[in-house]
Amino acid sequence: MRALDRKLLRDLWHMRGQVMAIAAVIMGGVATLVMSLSTYDSLVSTRDRFYSEYRFAEVFASLKRAPEPVAERLRALPGVEHLETRVRAGVKLEVAGFNDPITGLMLSLPDSRNPVLNGLHFKRGSLPQPYSADEVVVADSFADAHGMQPGDTLVAIIMGKRKVLTIAGIAVSPEYIYQIAPGSMFPDFKRYGVLWMRRSGLAAAYGMEGAFNQASLTLARGAHEQDVIDRADMILAPYGGTGAYGRADQFSNRFLSEELKQLQTTATIFPAIFLGVAAFLLNVVVSRLIALQREQIAILKAFGYRYPAIGWHYVKLVLLMVLLGVAGGVALGAWFGQGLSNVYMETTFRFPYLDYQLKASVILIALGVSVAAAVSGTLYSVARAVRLPAAEGMRPEMPEAYRATLVERIGLQRWLDAPTRMILRHLERRPLKSMLTVLGIACACGLMMVGNYQKGAIDFMVDLQFRQAAREDLALTFIEPTSGRALHELTALPGVEFVEGFRDVPAILHFGHYSYRSAIYGIPAEGQLHRSLDRALQPVAMPPGGVVLTEHLARNILHVKPGDVLTVEVLEGRRPVRQVPVLGITQQYLGLSAYMQRDSLNTLMREGDVVSGAYLAIRPGAEAAVYARLNDRPRVLSMVANASAIESFYDTIGEFVLFYNLVATLLAGAIGFGVVYNSARISLSERGRELASLRVLGFGRGEIAYILLGELALLTLVAIPVGFLVGTGLVGILVQAFKNDLYRLPLILKPDNFAMGALVVVVSALLSGLLMWFRLGRLDMVAVLKTRE
Amino acid sequence: MNRTHDQANAVFVAHGLSKIYHMGEVEVHALRGIDLTLYRGELVVLLGPSGSGKSTLLNILGGLDAPSGGEVRYLDHMLTGASESELTRFRREHVGFVFQFYNLIPSLTARENVAAVTEIASSPMRPEEALDLVGLGNRLDHFPAQLSGGEQQRVAIARAVAKNPAVLLCDEPTGALDSSTGVVVLEVLEKVNRELGTLTVLITHNAGIADMADRVIRLSDGQIADIHRNDHKRAASELSW
Ligand SMILES: Nc1ncnc2c1ncn2[C@@H]1O[C@H](COP(=O)(O)OP(=O)(O)OP(=O)(O)O)[C@@H](O)[C@H]1O
Ligand SMILES: [Mg+2]
Repeated sequence: MRALDRKLLRDLWHMRGQVMAIAAVIMGGVATLVMSLSTYDSLVSTRDRFYSEYRFAEVFASLKRAPEPVAERLRALPGVEHLETRVRAGVKLEVAGFNDPITGLMLSLPDSRNPVLNGLHFKRGSLPQPYSADEVVVADSFADAHGMQPGDTLVAIIMGKRKVLTIAGIAVSPEYIYQIAPGSMFPDFKRYGVLWMRRSGLAAAYGMEGAFNQASLTLARGAHEQDVIDRADMILAPYGGTGAYGRADQFSNRFLSEELKQLQTTATIFPAIFLGVAAFLLNVVVSRLIALQREQIAILKAFGYRYPAIGWHYVKLVLLMVLLGVAGGVALGAWFGQGLSNVYMETTFRFPYLDYQLKASVILIALGVSVAAAVSGTLYSVARAVRLPAAEGMRPEMPEAYRATLVERIGLQRWLDAPTRMILRHLERRPLKSMLTVLGIACACGLMMVGNYQKGAIDFMVDLQFRQAAREDLALTFIEPTSGRALHELTALPGVEFVEGFRDVPAILHFGHYSYRSAIYGIPAEGQLHRSLDRALQPVAMPPGGVVLTEHLARNILHVKPGDVLTVEVLEGRRPVRQVPVLGITQQYLGLSAYMQRDSLNTLMREGDVVSGAYLAIRPGAEAAVYARLNDRPRVLSMVANASAIESFYDTIGEFVLFYNLVATLLAGAIGFGVVYNSARISLSERGRELASLRVLGFGRGEIAYILLGELALLTLVAIPVGFLVGTGLVGILVQAFKNDLYRLPLILKPDNFAMGALVVVVSALLSGLLMWFRLGRLDMVAVLKTRE
Repeated sequence: MNRTHDQANAVFVAHGLSKIYHMGEVEVHALRGIDLTLYRGELVVLLGPSGSGKSTLLNILGGLDAPSGGEVRYLDHMLTGASESELTRFRREHVGFVFQFYNLIPSLTARENVAAVTEIASSPMRPEEALDLVGLGNRLDHFPAQLSGGEQQRVAIARAVAKNPAVLLCDEPTGALDSSTGVVVLEVLEKVNRELGTLTVLITHNAGIADMADRVIRLSDGQIADIHRNDHKRAASELSW
């Protein structure tokens, strides 16, 4: 081994504490990147593989009822490859020992074979016997939530009739990767279940013999999706078709895409922030570290080494640290990535398997960014040192020029003892270095705030959504639009305190070339239970005659403002197309909504007093009784209890966010510690000689610690408020980046956010201080006297 | 000069001092069995070839280093076996150091460099007084960067004597200075020794400097080769090299 390489290894060993701290900084940035991107890539890859292996359909059409021969006309359409019809029935379910209302969806399977499209992946058990009328396949999410196994039974209420069903198999379907009951906002595996049954049995129970109410198809190569949709709509219109749609509008796929899109944002923004900050810190730390080697560089130069050789020598030193950090970051990130993917699969997306993907490109990005940051910092410092004439670099270092600080010049010196003056002058002597240190520590504080911001934001959103806007205890949907008189019956139920009817109409909203497929909700003008909130988050009365849109829907999707007129293509009944003015904008963080006064919506639909469902306030304690009464009503299709919606929200999105939070917090902590420790450690290297001289003069360890750590403490104190600014800025970036259909994050920073940011910095500083304290104990006084640095 | 070398005047008493450095397999014997007594008010010069153990001995006397064997007593304090904080107190109250490379604090002015020490001493002189003593009363507010090497060394001496130490330990104080500047520094040391009666130990490579000592101790290979009493002490101003 060449002498210079041996020096390299010895230097590395000598600096091992700093090497670890620098590696921790890189590791934090890289792990965030690897975790986020690999989770994203894995979920996309898993989805694509699952869709193709289980032949997920490409176009879907729902209708009221059509005789089976109509299917032949659909099959004959140009561009249709495979087409399958089925019966789809909304039901209520009962599981022994579980008292909350459960909404169910039953789908038919061909009587004696496997479905051609939308195949089932069996986790346990198998298909029901051919033509069986009392066996079902249950979605694994529902089965797992209730601990059900093949052979267990459950009760389905189909058209008001109770039917005991035996579970034949437990399966996952590409159509129901993301499952949400009609009317709720989040997955709730306990209270929403998808079931499959042989066709003849389900048709008999649901009154669909010889008919179908749903068709799905795949497209032939080169077929144009919109043409097929338009032609299918033409054929199905007389049979109550509600408009065929492609995968993009298929419920599960659309939410999956939205979630993935959002994950992609997370996977870009978060690591960009983390890796960016880590790279900055790396650059600062490395250039300071190399600047310490100034004298060695001068000696090497005096020996006749040239800049490239010296530069390469130090680049090798730094690369070893970077490689250590990147390797650790990739390993940690891959581990967290698998954990995160699994949390996703347990809480939100029911994939049957996970195709974990860690792309080489991700590792290359991590490596590229880290190497660039470290090498540029190194070369900068080496270049500066090399530019010095060799003799000057080696000369006993000229005492640096200091002067009285501002504080002293304005006459405060009387209160400052010598050590305090040393601290102040040292800081003022190198304002740029002090500023970079402050900025570095501030970044660590800011990262921590970003890391744990989401939890507070989500609490805020949930509170707003469920305690300010949607305040009902129960939302129920009727099987079909019903006369408003039904509300009187609900009000009369014992335990029901208050009832508000709502009308919801599926529709496509158009403005110019923008459109959005959703529903218009008709609610009472001055509703008590379900309200919409203005930008100041105050409830507002619904104005008559037009729609009020969620801000994100109005501004970023449809590009409308109050006063513009939307074209509304209704997807129900006779499917009228109407012009409706936009009357207002509301603030809503979860989901997207278009609201109208119910009377106005009834008028728009040219119908009388009609409701689709009702919001109920229930006397505390009377819930179970009310559920039981409603369960027996055949006209009630589904019920969603608010309390359970909150619970399920925290079980799903909440769990995911908390996991992400925990990881981000850990990594921000690692970065924070790395930065603070390095600042302290480098300070010690720079001033070790001075401190040792003071020790010789009779200063105690505590007194020199005050000089070194006083500086660190001062910088840390200054860095905390700067860190609050940095954190607020980073969260602002995050909020801007996170606007999607599922939710928008509010710019809410709570005191505990700030506290966590400050905490990571303070704990890192205390820990670094402690480590420095031990180092100061080992300060070699004799060596200081022998050498002149 | 009429100093009595009896036990009542002994400041340092060392018996069988040895120092062994372990460098892996190899053992370096820096000191091997030093017996030595230093008295109140003397000016002692330590001579010897490079590597003979001069600095090692001085550092042990000053409480910066611990011997591997033997014992040292300072007045009635046992230095061998003393704790870290006892040694710190000892240095703070009784010892002034002057080094070859000055070791001033660059961020403090001349006055403040001295004050840094007087602030923690029990009965110091005023910093201005100490700087007057070394002839730098007109450089009080200069930072080290604004002083010449000789002036920096004199500030270091002022810093060392300002606490009124009983002992002044100087390791090659003129090593980095030219001859005429070196003489100025030595004059200051001589003055301090004479006026304050501080026991002064001075390491040098320069046999010429030995002429200003009361006693000259020669070290060789970790042992005392010779102790020589100077009957005709010369003033520092008469020296040159
Ligand atoms: N930290 C150490 N580790 C190992 N050996 C050491 C150490 N310090 C000193 N030595 C050895 O101890 C011996 C005495 O060193 P010392 O510094 O006391 O010599 P010196 O007489 O002051 O020399 P000089 O006149 O060159 O300053 C030398 O041989 C040296 O190599
Ligand atoms: Mg020496």
